[in-house]
Amino acid sequence: MKQLLVFIRKEFYHVFRDKRTLLIMFGLPVVQIVLFGFALTSEVKNITLTVIDQARDVNSAQIINKIKSSSYFIVDESALNYDEVTIAFKKGSAKCALIFPNGFGNDLQHTGEAPVQIITDGSDPNMAKTVVNYLTAILTAYQQETSAGGQLPYRIIPEQRMLYNEEGNGSLNFIPGVMALVLMLVCTALTSVAVVREKELGTMEILLVSPFKPLLVLLAKAVPYLALSLANFTLILVMAVFVLDVEIKGSILLLFLVSTLFIIACLSIGLMISNVTNSQQTALLLSMMGMMIPTLIFTGFMFPLENMPWIFRMIANAVPSRWYFLIIKAVMLKGLGFSYIWKEMAVLLGMTLVALSIALKNFKIRLS
Amino acid sequence: MNAVVLDHITKTYDAGKVLAVDDVSLQVAAGELFGLIGPDGAGKTSIFRILTTLLLPDKGHAAVNGLDCVKDYKAIRRSVGYMPGRFSLYQDLTVAENLHFFATLFGTTIEANYSLIKDIYEQIKPFSGRRAGKLSGGMKQKLALCCALVHKPEVLFLDEPTTGVDAVSRKEFWEMLKTLKQQGITIVVSTPYMDEAVLCERIALIQDGRIMSVDTPAKVVAAFPVKLYAVKAADIYRLLTSLRGDNSISSCYAFGEYVHVTFRDEAAHDLQAWQQTLAAQGHEQVEVKIISPSIEDSFIRLMQEKQNAQP
Repeated sequence: MKQLLVFIRKEFYHVFRDKRTLLIMFGLPVVQIVLFGFALTSEVKNITLTVIDQARDVNSAQIINKIKSSSYFIVDESALNYDEVTIAFKKGSAKCALIFPNGFGNDLQHTGEAPVQIITDGSDPNMAKTVVNYLTAILTAYQQETSAGGQLPYRIIPEQRMLYNEEGNGSLNFIPGVMALVLMLVCTALTSVAVVREKELGTMEILLVSPFKPLLVLLAKAVPYLALSLANFTLILVMAVFVLDVEIKGSILLLFLVSTLFIIACLSIGLMISNVTNSQQTALLLSMMGMMIPTLIFTGFMFPLENMPWIFRMIANAVPSRWYFLIIKAVMLKGLGFSYIWKEMAVLLGMTLVALSIALKNFKIRLS
Repeated sequence: MNAVVLDHITKTYDAGKVLAVDDVSLQVAAGELFGLIGPDGAGKTSIFRILTTLLLPDKGHAAVNGLDCVKDYKAIRRSVGYMPGRFSLYQDLTVAENLHFFATLFGTTIEANYSLIKDIYEQIKPFSGRRAGKLSGGMKQKLALCCALVHKPEVLFLDEPTTGVDAVSRKEFWEMLKTLKQQGITIVVSTPYMDEAVLCERIALIQDGRIMSVDTPAKVVAAFPVKLYAVKAADIYRLLTSLRGDNSISSCYAFGEYVHVTFRDEAAHDLQAWQQTLAAQGHEQVEVKIISPSIEDSFIRLMQEKQNAQP
């Protein structure tokens, strides 16, 4: 036991004396939060909307005024016809357009039905989707207003409302994503490098030729990084709350519990990587590239998993960060308790156990 | 009882493509200072790793203190000290931290066996707060030796401990080994430096994974079968070329400022006549003498015999 403690203390020395590792460990989340929080925002605000009003009647004018009064759009009425809109789209100066056809108000008043055309730039699908949602919401609101005073019969109007994120705060969705990404990268990369460094230095030879149990080597390596990762997690939470104004709705204790589980899963993956590599560079490449891509793609915070072909959805199910992301979103943003997330937790626990046992089983008690 | 036994050990790498150790058998008696002498790539490190249970041999048996290197690896790991060829301490830990770590790892304390490492540790103690990575080569080796000794091993394996160390530190290092031997520790040491071989009690000359000779250094040298001559001239390269052209000469190779020569026939050669012949060939400042062979001469001779034996 004393051996283990001394070993763990040694690992802490390594970490604290290696400024670069510390910088990666705590710099990565800060950079990510700042990048995702301020630069890569998916919120739509003050977007230029090109409007062509061919109807020029009361109804179209009312709708345009309504759009103007919202904070989302800056209305540009300079374009005269469809061709000009197309050219503006090609140049990139227009991202979305709303076109009222001839006789819009007439149709609406007499038949109770009238089309409008919304054109969006599909090369930016996230924005396009949001723009359509906003415009539809404005149109629906207008419809409701007019029909309330009018004599038109009762009609079903689909209500568009974004749950949990009414104001479209983009931070909410990516904070759990950043957590998953940072923990995944930091834990796997640093642990695998920490073990492989001993192999490169040759100290592993001495460690093996000692009465110290080989498995305890792995344990001693993992403990400091578990502690540091939890500190890292705390840092991300604090930044989310104080820098990005994210409200933590669920239990903090549950968040830490789940994160500990996820960190152990990541550490085990790091140890698995260290078992199959002998150089720090390979270990770093494997854990950075090998983990970064699946985490980015299959976690669900950058690309919606629902839109993927079934084979990718299957693969996503095997990525631990996907489950972690689901749990964190549920607990942190929706304030759900253990009874809602126990299934995901069970999956994560199972993955952790599998990864850990593979890592321990494959640890070589000899060279090569 | 023999402290170390190798019985027909064979080890290959890359699925049998590279033969590292080829049917090696040897014994090291308890309390002996034994040297494995051979150039880089001779298989020394592989033998050490098999004995320290880090590698499994393909064929044969190995035992340390009567414990089997495969079956009883745990017991062996408790009772041996090992210093790998590469400098294997934590560069970012201080001297004291390294020593303390390895002492604890082996379930002991620095104080418990301090008498054993005292002489060596005293020399590096002034630097105990310095990071190991910032030590000089000689001091690194001393620290590594301390770490390998701190748990009072019964057998000490030192893989090329003096490689990359200056001449003075090398000498000191061998003095330390002698002191340790007096305390009853069996020491197996490997080195590519032939001049260090005479400092061992017994040596094994190893080349291409095969043992060429196992004996005391004196007997290895005495076994040199022919007379050895040393020749010197102003232009050593021209001398070497013309000697190579001489059919009566069995071998000649540059050795320091001399060329070492052996003849095919055992008849006594008239040194003066030979010197005159060489002078007549245009060599200046020719000097010829009979010398007693060194370990290196024996090694080269054995190596050549082995090469000639192969078709």
